Amino acid sequence: MRYLPKSPSERQEMLAAIGVKSIDELFSSIPERYRLRTPLSIPGPFSEAEVIQYFKDRAAENASGYSSFLGAGVYNHLRSVVTDSIIQRGEFLTSYTPYQAEISQGTLQAIFEFQTLMCQLTGQDVANASMYDGSTATTEAVLMAERLTGRQRVLVARSVHPEYREVLKTYAKNSGLRIEEIPFTKSGTVDVQALQAALKDDVAAVVVQSPNFFGAIEWYAPLAEAAHAAGAMFVVAITEAVSLGLLRPPVEADIVAMEAQSFGMAPSYGGPYAGVIAAREKYIRQMPGRLAGQTTDSEGRRGFVLTLATREQHIRREKATSNICTNQALCALAATVHLTLLGKEGLREMAEQNHSKAQFALTELLKIPGVKRSFDAPFLNEFTVELPRSVKIVNSHLLREKIIGPLALGTPYPDLTKHALVCVTEMTPRTEIERFAGAVKRALEQPI
Amino acid sequence: MNERIKKASRHTSQSEGLIFEKSSPGKRGFELPPLDVPAADPSKTLGANYRREGVEGFPEVSEIEAIRHFTRLSTWNYAIDLGMYPLGSCTMKYNPRVNEFVARLEGIASEHPYQPQELSQGCLKILRLLEKCLLEITGMDAITLQPAAGAQGELTGLLLIRAYLQKQGNPRKKVLIPDSAHGTNPATAVISGYEVENIKSGAEGQVDLERLRQQVTEDVAALMITNPSTLGIFEHNLPEIAQILHDKGALLYMDGANMNALTGITRPGELGVDVMHLNLHKTFSTPHGGGGPGAGPVAMKKILEPFRPVPILVEKENGRLALEPVRPDSIGRVKAFTSNFGVLVRALAYILAYGPGVRQATEDAVLNANYIRKHLEGVYELPYSLPSMHEVVFSDAIQKKNDVNTMDIAKRLIDYGFHPYTTAFPLIVHGAMMIEPTESESREECDLFIDAMKSIAEEAATQPEIVKTAPHTTRVRRLDEVAAARKPVLRWKPGAPRSQAAD
Repeated sequence: MRYLPKSPSERQEMLAAIGVKSIDELFSSIPERYRLRTPLSIPGPFSEAEVIQYFKDRAAENASGYSSFLGAGVYNHLRSVVTDSIIQRGEFLTSYTPYQAEISQGTLQAIFEFQTLMCQLTGQDVANASMYDGSTATTEAVLMAERLTGRQRVLVARSVHPEYREVLKTYAKNSGLRIEEIPFTKSGTVDVQALQAALKDDVAAVVVQSPNFFGAIEWYAPLAEAAHAAGAMFVVAITEAVSLGLLRPPVEADIVAMEAQSFGMAPSYGGPYAGVIAAREKYIRQMPGRLAGQTTDSEGRRGFVLTLATREQHIRREKATSNICTNQALCALAATVHLTLLGKEGLREMAEQNHSKAQFALTELLKIPGVKRSFDAPFLNEFTVELPRSVKIVNSHLLREKIIGPLALGTPYPDLTKHALVCVTEMTPRTEIERFAGAVKRALEQPI
Repeated sequence: MNERIKKASRHTSQSEGLIFEKSSPGKRGFELPPLDVPAADPSKTLGANYRREGVEGFPEVSEIEAIRHFTRLSTWNYAIDLGMYPLGSCTMKYNPRVNEFVARLEGIASEHPYQPQELSQGCLKILRLLEKCLLEITGMDAITLQPAAGAQGELTGLLLIRAYLQKQGNPRKKVLIPDSAHGTNPATAVISGYEVENIKSGAEGQVDLERLRQQVTEDVAALMITNPSTLGIFEHNLPEIAQILHDKGALLYMDGANMNALTGITRPGELGVDVMHLNLHKTFSTPHGGGGPGAGPVAMKKILEPFRPVPILVEKENGRLALEPVRPDSIGRVKAFTSNFGVLVRALAYILAYGPGVRQATEDAVLNANYIRKHLEGVYELPYSLPSMHEVVFSDAIQKKNDVNTMDIAKRLIDYGFHPYTTAFPLIVHGAMMIEPTESESREECDLFIDAMKSIAEEAATQPEIVKTAPHTTRVRRLDEVAAARKPVLRWKPGAPRSQAAD
């Protein structure tokens, strides 16, 4: 087998050196009756070509060749081929967690650069080396707020991504946290009055997302003020990181939890992505996960090490700030390379293109009789429209024209039946936007 | 030393600063196609939300500078592609390149988790086949592929146990954890809402049945066991351990980090384990990538199936696959968007490449570990004499006589061209040296490792200073971790001094 560097004679020689006659003897500590005597019933072995064929066959059963207007937390953005050529280098791809700093300086310096980029983007002081994704980063931000305030109530905007809220609920059940939802207004943004009414001195955190699940951009100041006046921490979740190329960062936040998938990671049917957690310097010792810090070696050279490990599970065990060990390092490296390539101007231009295309799409859609804009809040590259009939039916017509239509909001938000979340990025050609609008028009003209 | 070093040991040492130190306004590494719609005016459409300037301090370099920067950085890393990582419990095996290729296929990498399920049958088939293979390997009844890493798998497993016990009326209070356990185990127990109670290992480093009988009360929800233990030794009492727990209504959780000793040889489900996680980035070859991503699927017995995280993969009558988002007893989601799918693709590619022959990988892993053990017995102290499986734990007791400890030996191993073994773990062995070669190492590489370790033992006896001040051949010497923690510098800031980069 090509992954096993042993010849049959080498195996024999090694067994002899150990002093046993067969490999079976090396498993003698497993009671006989529990040892498998038949081969596992799994497919294979496959040669390399057969492995490739298997996955090509699966790829052909998916959605190739369709235009998509889906976003909702996972975004199609341009990715330079340079990113892959870097992260596929064996020294990055096949290296271990950089606990042995002297032979991991490549990884450690890249993490330090990632941490820096995330701070620059979010306007925060410190960022860690990654979390699993935006949803768990948001959850861990809330757990941080619980530890820092000693309080147990959490107010979460209903306009935060439904799956992020579900993950938070799963974790909260076992830590005594009480999660309450804050409604959104007709504008599609957080209801400040409802928030103020709900705030008391028992709230650990107020959690909002911007742009929120409907694509609406939140104005942070009154939300942060209200939270801080009650002694609660202000947590901002960001699912579309490209938005920070054009939108002012959440400087009012105490903790930012972000999904970095938009920076060089393929949608890949749900993962792997990279969560970001960034916060004010004073909260550093309550941060979860790995941190790369700058230092010097015994001869005065700059170098980098994993630091403040007393927060982490391998040192602190049951008193750790989190149980996280493996994070999303290679994905964070992809983001680092991607952002380096895009640079200051490139990120801004990408965000501008997203915004222009989304504005254009909205204009085209509003020309269709019966189509209305759901919310009047400003948006970046996602917006919500109301259709005169079922989104699911419209989408089934669109599929016949090889278009994957916008996300129907009725399931996560029963009060928003017939509303749809449209996402347009720099990757959507104008001709496809026009074709999409045409297809929606045709779908609405179909007899019911 | 030179004659004894048979491998190249010098690291490439090209100097390279931070990317921010190389930036210059106006440079770009990536261009976008021109805008094909009217340009919006963000100062009007975004109002006060508009970020007028670009992100301050962001890099501004060309494509070639980006390539050079990251390529130079990469040459400072050790990696499996370069040589062995004898890291115990990490299972640093070869990361097959075909896995990278298939994960990037158009139609695999491009799929959106919310696209219609009828257009995702390929993805769902991949998930279903992986589920079936992992169930066959573990001998369990049901599985979730959602958790993003081993630690998250542990959390999921404990939440399943909690939900199951809760449904019976009492979630209970405590989880028993051996003193040899990986740190994620107690950290996870706390996050799951349980108290941790340590159970002291027996004289042979195993779970002590008598102590277990005393400690398992009706306040105990579960025991978290690693098998083989973190000493690399098979817990041959596993069925009895399961019985003791089950008699009191508690469950047995197995940390599957060491599955590389068991795959194809035995099945945890047949040994009495109720629920376990797997580390796909260990046993199933998905790359470590400098610290992740991984995946931590959780396999379980039927009793825990109703509590699995949603969505659940189901087969419909017409053979179609679907993800069902609602199950009344589910513990909920542990992660958005279903799973680290790209990692799952790589794991399935690995399993398909081997087929039932994956047993040979396990046998070679155990062969390599025992070969190394045989040659280093007597050179280093072996604290536990029971047979080793895929990893062996020595201690630095002999070398400590000259004030040379496991950390020093590990650092000196770097000069011989290897990554260190796992130091100072498990906690029950003072001065632990945990060595796991995996099946990916040839006899030649094992011999080189043995030679290196023997040479270092001799140095520890005759010239300890060279070991205590190692490594000597890396581009940076030992880094000051104390200073890093005392005054943490965790990011670059504009105006930061360009400190002396390593030369």
